[in-house]
Amino acid sequence: MTGAEHFAAPPEWQWWILGYFFFGGLAGGSYALGTLLRFGGDPRDELAARIAFIASFIALIPCPIFLTVDLGQPLRFWHMLLDTGPDGGLAFKPWSPMSLGSWALLAFGLFSFVSFVGALAEGGQLRAASGLARALRGGAGLAWNAIGTVLGLFICAYTGVLLAVSNQAVWSDAAWALGGMFLASALAGATALLLFLGRSRRDVDADTAYRLEVADRYFVLLEALLIAIFLVTVAVAGTIAKVLGVWIVLWLVVLLGLAAPFLSARARTWPPLAAPLLALLGVLALRALVIFSAQT
Amino acid sequence: MAAFQEKPLGFFTDTSICIGCKACEVACKEWNQLEGNAPKFTADSFDNTGQLDAQNWRHVQFVEQVPDNTGLIPTPTPIAGGQAWLMMSDVCKHCKEASCLEVCPTNAIMRTEFDTVFIQSDVCNGCRNCISACPYGVIGFDEQKGVAQKCTLCYDRLQIGMQPACAKACPTESIKFGYVDDLHQVADQRLAALQQAGYKKAQLYGRDTKVYGGLNAFFLLMDKPEVYSLPNEANATLPSRNNLPGYVGGVATAVIGLIAGLVAFRNGRMNGNGPNNTRPHA
Repeated sequence: MTGAEHFAAPPEWQWWILGYFFFGGLAGGSYALGTLLRFGGDPRDELAARIAFIASFIALIPCPIFLTVDLGQPLRFWHMLLDTGPDGGLAFKPWSPMSLGSWALLAFGLFSFVSFVGALAEGGQLRAASGLARALRGGAGLAWNAIGTVLGLFICAYTGVLLAVSNQAVWSDAAWALGGMFLASALAGATALLLFLGRSRRDVDADTAYRLEVADRYFVLLEALLIAIFLVTVAVAGTIAKVLGVWIVLWLVVLLGLAAPFLSARARTWPPLAAPLLALLGVLALRALVIFSAQT
Repeated sequence: MAAFQEKPLGFFTDTSICIGCKACEVACKEWNQLEGNAPKFTADSFDNTGQLDAQNWRHVQFVEQVPDNTGLIPTPTPIAGGQAWLMMSDVCKHCKEASCLEVCPTNAIMRTEFDTVFIQSDVCNGCRNCISACPYGVIGFDEQKGVAQKCTLCYDRLQIGMQPACAKACPTESIKFGYVDDLHQVADQRLAALQQAGYKKAQLYGRDTKVYGGLNAFFLLMDKPEVYSLPNEANATLPSRNNLPGYVGGVATAVIGLIAGLVAFRNGRMNGNGPNNTRPHA
């Protein structure tokens, strides 16, 4: 089979974009976890759900900053939303993942912020918003969180689709895998973040932590499967050499991050924060090697 | 000078008569006030431009195809009709179906009344999505201006009835400018003449709709497109082809991930615990 040929120039997306992909994934994944814990879990999971919503918004804060700083003309960031050309109106192109992602980030920011305020109020740290916290309970809350979760998961995945919707080697060769791989990795990363925060605080219910560990292992298995699909697709396209070579070091970090939840469950001597930290490093390394390897 | 009609305008670049003088590069830089990159030794034949980018909107490629001569005794090099050293003045193709225009999130990239593809510098915010999309590596990022840049087909000259600077400067008329329909006829005649003269590999690239719906700046090549770093028909694909598989993969993963999460959280509840005998993490 003849491999794909690529003559596209690299867009020079570097550290700011890596930072966005990492924190955007954690923000979206944490929101989804918060919703699952609140509506799919146990009343004892509520504290973990609140932590997830708070973590989601805090992780989201640097995202628009990173994206804006990365622009050649940062003061024109709003051109992503409003068409300043002759046609005017909104700059909304659903077939362009960057355009769709800009709008999704704006919408998710609203949902994440409201859930963040609700979580603070719920925990007694923002009593002025206790009405909002009540409103986010029950059916209305479920609807709000469901929409927020869809948007959050979109933020996790569209970054991979954005890379795929190009003519770059590796990225455009792995269209089926990239969006899902980033999403699965974001869910695993968000679970690791929640475990890290829960273990640091020491007030999250032990059963909740156990269920998070189980979920984490499911997410990691899903991520591993998608990484395998990614490698197969780039191998078929003939571009796998680009993601190997010097990038082996990052692959080792990714593998360690994938293995950490399983190894720590077997060897009880691991420090409690070690496995989540390694998992988060793996999430970062995966994005780094996908972003950088294709552009070298 | 009479203004041009609002019909597709473009280039027909006949590489068989390009002599690699780079007059097109110089004329382009002069008219468009491009400073150019710092000179460098590329170790690539007579090429010291390197590639198309924000400072180089024309780039003369030198493709050396001199057969390997590994023997101790020199043998005559079979220069078959000048095909041993190919030259091509590369430029933005102003594709009918343009990848850059497709992905641009700000609508900074637009199609003009002459069917050319134009980047509005005052709208572009420098996201560089177009660079990742262009299959020809045409667009570059201007570090000084903070925007993406490429050939405009001298849009400012077209508006006052002047032909693009590169075509005006080309001493061999390798770069021909005009209405695309007229250029097609010129190209067909030239190809027929070359093939009749025995140049079997000669072919037109972008003349028909097989590559990005047709190219307003199309070429007569003396070898396969890949030799000139041009994607062949099989590889000339639009970025949007990956939207569907990308999102399908994402949605499938999201559904599986949510189900996995629910199973993990609800199973623990139904079993009444998650084993309380595990170490307390919290």
